[in-house]
Amino acid sequence: MSDASFPTAAKTPRTSLLAADPRTRKRNAAEARFRAYGLAAIAVALVMLVVLLVTIFSGGIGAFRQTYLTIPVTLDAAQLDKKGNRNPEDIKKVLTLTYGKILDKALDAAIADKGIQVAGLSDKDLSGLISKEASADLRDRVLADPGLIGQTIEARVLVNGRVDGYYKGRVSMESAARDANTSPAQLELADALKAQGMLATAWNWSFLTSPDASDQRPEAAGVGVAILGSLYMMLVVLALAVPIGVAAAIYLEEFAPRNRWTDIIEVNISNLAAVPSIVFGILGLAAFINFAGLPQSAPIVGGLVLVLMTLPRIIIPARAALKAVPPSIRDAALGVGASRMQSVFHHVLPLATPGILTGVILGMAQALGETAPLLLIGMVAFVKNFPAAPPEGLFDPASALPVQVYNWTQRADPAFVERASGAIIVLLAFLLCMNLFAIFLRRKFERRW
Amino acid sequence: MKSAKLTVSALAVIAASAGVASARDQIQVAGSSTVLPYATIVAEAFGENTDFPTPVVESGGSSAGLKKFCEGVGENTIDIANASRPMKDSEKAACKAAGVTEVIEVRIGYDGIVFASDINGKDFAFTAADWFNALAAEVVKDGKVVANPYTKWSEIRADLPDQDILAFVPGTKHGTREVFEEKVIAAGCKEAGATEVFAKEKGDEDKAKEACSALRTDGKSVDIDGDYTETLARIQSAPNGIGVFGLSFYENNTDKLKVATIGGVTPSTESIASGEYPVSRPLFFYVKKQHIGTIQGLKEFAEFFVSDELAGPEGPLAAYGLVADPELAATQTAVADEATIAQ
Repeated sequence: MSDASFPTAAKTPRTSLLAADPRTRKRNAAEARFRAYGLAAIAVALVMLVVLLVTIFSGGIGAFRQTYLTIPVTLDAAQLDKKGNRNPEDIKKVLTLTYGKILDKALDAAIADKGIQVAGLSDKDLSGLISKEASADLRDRVLADPGLIGQTIEARVLVNGRVDGYYKGRVSMESAARDANTSPAQLELADALKAQGMLATAWNWSFLTSPDASDQRPEAAGVGVAILGSLYMMLVVLALAVPIGVAAAIYLEEFAPRNRWTDIIEVNISNLAAVPSIVFGILGLAAFINFAGLPQSAPIVGGLVLVLMTLPRIIIPARAALKAVPPSIRDAALGVGASRMQSVFHHVLPLATPGILTGVILGMAQALGETAPLLLIGMVAFVKNFPAAPPEGLFDPASALPVQVYNWTQRADPAFVERASGAIIVLLAFLLCMNLFAIFLRRKFERRW
Repeated sequence: MKSAKLTVSALAVIAASAGVASARDQIQVAGSSTVLPYATIVAEAFGENTDFPTPVVESGGSSAGLKKFCEGVGENTIDIANASRPMKDSEKAACKAAGVTEVIEVRIGYDGIVFASDINGKDFAFTAADWFNALAAEVVKDGKVVANPYTKWSEIRADLPDQDILAFVPGTKHGTREVFEEKVIAAGCKEAGATEVFAKEKGDEDKAKEACSALRTDGKSVDIDGDYTETLARIQSAPNGIGVFGLSFYENNTDKLKVATIGGVTPSTESIASGEYPVSRPLFFYVKKQHIGTIQGLKEFAEFFVSDELAGPEGPLAAYGLVADPELAATQTAVADEATIAQ
């Protein structure tokens, strides 16, 4: 019996690890296919991302460059200060219209001075070359320093959006011929001025610092007020949603008894996280503006609405982070005589911090890009004045970055499309910074057990 | 960390209570998206040339703006509503019920409604009747009411190009839609002689009116609920489409759009001002008189808006596409006198 051989061993088919049998080949093929599907899915996603980024960047990068004209301007005292007493009150009575005429005259003189000749150039082409923003800038400059009156100063002024578009490839001689707002002659004049070194396309900081502009001067529009408005709203979210959300998460996770009430609360929090954001806008309008009497278009109201929206999105990851801390940590703390609060605040919370912070930052990033709830509370508005410093500034009207994008895509002038893409780039840069910060925090403080 | 958070949240609460007491110092405007560009141009110039802050101008449509306007009196309600149509009686009643009893109506000028197609497309010379025949749900053919059988413009009138009918018309939330129905479709209905036939077949005149302005729903007439930028995008992707635009939008996009004539008249600020071009409508804004004095600069803004420098034929609004009101002087006096409308 003992020396009996294993009869079955001879019957099993001979297989080699080197040569796969059909069944293994089939399984291997299935795995290869699955990998290919996965790769294809990622490739599709990447192509979409690249298309999106290329469209936005190719369309929006132009917003960061702007064409300027530098001309000597004679500030005629007879026009700007008729009484000749340099009284600021009297100078204020001179409107931008007069300054516009002064600029037109200065441009005319500069052309004559350089001997530029353009066939078929009309007065409208000439005065239309300079942006309407320029006269307002010049007026501000004179009001700030009335001593300039009577002198000849170098003025660096914006040029019309169409001429600017010509140097960015948006406008061509052919399209200009059909365009009611520019003409080939105007573009030729711009070319001649460029040849003289008076006209140049340069980096445009004012896109980031200046406020919105009306439909007639897209070249002057910037995202300054929108950036500040978004920043203020994020401050409100940080100041309210983070402490409330984290406190709620700690209580629910560490202290609350498990009963029907906490179950109901839990289900509600998960539900709220999935509620469409416009609903929070409706709530904000009813509660904060109509009932509490807070001002319209103010970052405080926008911020409060976003707080409501962000809260569940902070509570859920914060609870998950707290849950991920092993119970042994709590037991050890309680074992050496710590109170429950001490065990939470001295041991559990510090270990959960990276997870909580990641949740907070991602929640805020989502809030930053939110437009729908702001539609109803008057944030989708033309706001030209910068809000004051907080806390008063929280009550001043302001715009927000996603809203500014929405606003600009509705304008008639095609130059605003470029501005909208530029604003998207700014928004993406903000989001990227926030997400990178979240990753940095996670990497830096992450603990593994 | 805990105390820091407490301080921050306490600060926010204090700030919240402090703000309620402080007064609003800028004018709040809301309403029609057609009036919006004009309102922003004026607001910008107002902020530049006066010591008052630049008014905040919101969009949202005539109806939404007037609804907000009629919510009541007080600092957390808006001061001015822009509208591309006159206030309705129901809105006046709503205003009155909410305590907004003194309203100044200001007409700033006229806006033309134009039909435009892709710049590289064919030329169109329409009459209102063509539009009725192209877009109405039911038309009159050989003296009988039939469901709209036309699929090409040339089937309606031999002079029109042999091109499929495809029209992008403003959606029902737009004030423009009402004007389009009234001045183009209903007028075309009459012009085509369909009104009488409808009245005979349907029994009474109200039903005939309804039949006149009912648009076909087989995809030849597409409602655009977004802005003119959406209409433009749709035309660029479907070059045989014809869109309904505001004159100012067309004037800012003459390099992409070709405008059609109506009854042989090309739309322009001049032909609309003279009344030759038929499809135009007045634009308004409404001022809450009860806010004059409380909100700094409100009356000044209204006067600034209708001043000759801005709303006149040589002003920036006309340059943008507004048809200046020939009776601007009367409007200026009315604003100066704060003349309210009957409610």
